[in-house]
Amino acid sequence: MSNTPNELFYTQSHEWVRIEDDGSVTVGISEHAQALLGDMVFIELPEIDSELDVGQDCAVIESVKAASDIYSPVAGTVIAINEALEDAPETINSDAYGEGWIFKLQPASLSDVRELMSAEEYSALITEDED
Amino acid sequence: MLIFEQSKANRFNRAQQPGEAVDLNKIPTEFRRQQSAEMPAVSELQAVRHYTRLSQKNFSIDTHFYPLGSCTMKYNPRACNSLAMQANFLGHHPLTPASHGQGFLQCVYELQEILKEATGMKGVSMQPMAGAQGEFAGLAMIRAYHDTRGDEGRTEILCPDAAHGTNPATAIMCGYTVCEIPTGDDGDVDLEALKAVVGPQTAGIMLTNPSTLGVFDRNIKEIANVVHAAGGLLYYDGANLNAILGKVKPGDMGFDVIHINLHKTFSTPHGGGGPGSGPVGVGERLLPFMPVPVVAKTDSNYRWLTEKDAPQSIGRLSANMGNSGIVLRAYIYARMLGREGMERVADYATLNANYLMVKLIEAGFEVALPERRATHEFIVTLKKLTKETGVSAMDVAKRLLDYGYHAPTTYFPLIVPECLLIEPTETESKEEIDGFVAALLAVKQEAYEDPDKVKSAPHTLPVKRLDDVRAARKPDLRWQATEKQKG
Repeated sequence: MSNTPNELFYTQSHEWVRIEDDGSVTVGISEHAQALLGDMVFIELPEIDSELDVGQDCAVIESVKAASDIYSPVAGTVIAINEALEDAPETINSDAYGEGWIFKLQPASLSDVRELMSAEEYSALITEDED
Repeated sequence: MLIFEQSKANRFNRAQQPGEAVDLNKIPTEFRRQQSAEMPAVSELQAVRHYTRLSQKNFSIDTHFYPLGSCTMKYNPRACNSLAMQANFLGHHPLTPASHGQGFLQCVYELQEILKEATGMKGVSMQPMAGAQGEFAGLAMIRAYHDTRGDEGRTEILCPDAAHGTNPATAIMCGYTVCEIPTGDDGDVDLEALKAVVGPQTAGIMLTNPSTLGVFDRNIKEIANVVHAAGGLLYYDGANLNAILGKVKPGDMGFDVIHINLHKTFSTPHGGGGPGSGPVGVGERLLPFMPVPVVAKTDSNYRWLTEKDAPQSIGRLSANMGNSGIVLRAYIYARMLGREGMERVADYATLNANYLMVKLIEAGFEVALPERRATHEFIVTLKKLTKETGVSAMDVAKRLLDYGYHAPTTYFPLIVPECLLIEPTETESKEEIDGFVAALLAVKQEAYEDPDKVKSAPHTLPVKRLDDVRAARKPDLRWQATEKQKG
């Protein structure tokens, strides 16, 4: 059973979102998603200052199995990207919720974030997936 | 051992030497290399043994059952090769005047006609040098069509999420953005989702039917209506044409343009760098834009049509007439099959796939769409096995090699977890297919009894489990001589 921290929000496409103290949000992919994808070998990060719509594909991660798009969980502006992943994409495998974060957004509205799935809802979704 | 590692200074053999002495002084100094190319120095016998051994290590159609899904790894009859290799074909120079090359032109013309008939299109060009170029030509024609009508603002190509990766890649190459359409639970394109995204920005949709899920999209007519009503065109990816050859025509389904992978359906070389060929077929609307040259027939004369005859053509994709040797092989294959033979291709490709699918279901395997009839291929999902034993689809694929079977396609399409995409093709016998079922069953049993044995497979091949993570992260693609080997 994958770890799904309670303080995070989740999407159907397996991104996680953390609301930071300054009102920005950090985005990554869930432990469940990294386990499904397997060893990461490459990442293409979004550009800083790019304006994203909700659900817009904005990054690509490539594992030994497949290349997958990362979708923006909410509308907003990219304010930071995790450049360390470019040399060490495997960090997503080892620390999906910590050092493996992918980018930070200034969201158009924080209430959009709060409407995403809770840890409990997401756990239910992936349990269903695993059966 | 690499051939470089067998190298001994000053050893040489005449077999690989040029037949005539080359006068290096004729090559300007700046183009001459200053250092030795460090070619391996081996005897003729060493070279023969080296490459013979390498060829014996290969998995190939000639040696093994090769059910690589979505690749149609069927047997290419030797006759296609030997007839195309006749001296008068080989000696035909591409710039020979048409009056001196009527035989060759007739072959190309007749293949164009056969492919038109088989696909239900109005015109066929043999120009594209491979499937990828065929896709490019197809979208370039769609673009030319909209541009000619002054219909600007059509910037988007629709692709189902089960599409081959080449489809969205082609759309991007042609300057389009890609909009992904989800697949419904029944394996067909989600029609409601399609209706929600078509509009004045839609340039077209790229579809494979039967899809990579191994099912025929039953709503294809309605998909065509929805896209056409929005002003877009339909592109048919011929990847899975083998399943419907002689049975259903993409032209009748409503497609405006199609590319055909001759290597999948028409007996030309698979992989290994080809050469490839990806002819395109077009409906009425795209006829003026076809890549040239194509062969036309007037009375009993054959001639090349060029830009002069087709001023709106998207132009040339190669210096001459495409990969002519490959075109010849496909022509010979098509003539050997005839119309009835083509139908039998589809009959037996479908029969073999469905027989294998049912045998695997009976053996306790889970298929992705059990309620649907398979076309030419189907998907087994090993989700349950992975959960219970930790053995993944990739592990099973590797273990199959030990049993003498090339692995099916793994982890594609991406929307089915732990999947094997299996395509037996029409050229395999029942005994071969039964043997494959037995091997998969044996591997499954091993996964429960001795999972580590499966996870560390293959055990009997010259190369064991490769470190594909390291290969992807730190690719090492060039051999470099050590000082010792330089002698």
